[in-house]
Amino acid sequence: MRWFWYASPQTFFPLAGTIARWSGIAAAVLALVGLYIGFFVAPTDAQQGEAYRIIFIHVPAAWMSMFIYVVMAFWAGLGLALNTRLSGMMASALAPTGALFTFIALWTGALWGRPTWGTYWVWGDARLMSELILLFLYFGFMALHAAIEDPRRADRAAGLLALVGVVNVPIIYWSVKWWNTLHQGASVSLTAAPKMAATMLTGMLVMALAFWMYSIAAAMLRVRCIIRERGA
Amino acid sequence: MSEFFAMGGYAWYVWGSYGVTFFCLFAEIFLLLKRSREAKE
Repeated sequence: MRWFWYASPQTFFPLAGTIARWSGIAAAVLALVGLYIGFFVAPTDAQQGEAYRIIFIHVPAAWMSMFIYVVMAFWAGLGLALNTRLSGMMASALAPTGALFTFIALWTGALWGRPTWGTYWVWGDARLMSELILLFLYFGFMALHAAIEDPRRADRAAGLLALVGVVNVPIIYWSVKWWNTLHQGASVSLTAAPKMAATMLTGMLVMALAFWMYSIAAAMLRVRCIIRERGA
Repeated sequence: MSEFFAMGGYAWYVWGSYGVTFFCLFAEIFLLLKRSREAKE
């Protein structure tokens, strides 16, 4: 791979289109498989009944909200360090999709919380608050970028905000450990055996892959728009 | 079939989650394709 060849927006443009097409197709296929497992293969939960089926989108959306932020901050940092044009465009291309998944995580969490915890929302829960801050960080990034007319100066200013805000991601991740508030601990982690049935876990992981592919497709479509709009 | 849609009494919570999620995802792609066409002109 000639990485620096693709660091130029003009040469990256057609590649982004190809990636968008294939990851979009992959996202659709994976989502159909994931939904099939989530609704027809995974059994009813003994404690939560059918309400638990929300986790098949809630958990993957929450993962994506954090992961996209880290990738966005990575591109922002790369742009600040190397002053490459495409890096800032990639960060801008990821922000709205990240904000969308943050909103979905909060929305589905509220609808899951109501039947399970008895409330849609609690002020003061560490996990809920840090995820809400993540949403505001995405909004802040987009608002700051939109407020500065020169796109390359906007890239740098918003990029700095993205980098500072990245400290919030480990706070979200470990919030359920550090503060023992309402949101329960992780059901799936890298260090321990998952605390759920195998079919439930499979459904969740397939949906996570689907969201992942979707995010790549959306970011590639958006970066193509940005490249065109900036006339690069 | 109606039992499936009733989701054991949790229909609003389950379909409210899935409905809004997939609406958002389709809306984003729709808006991006529209923006892409406009940028081409």
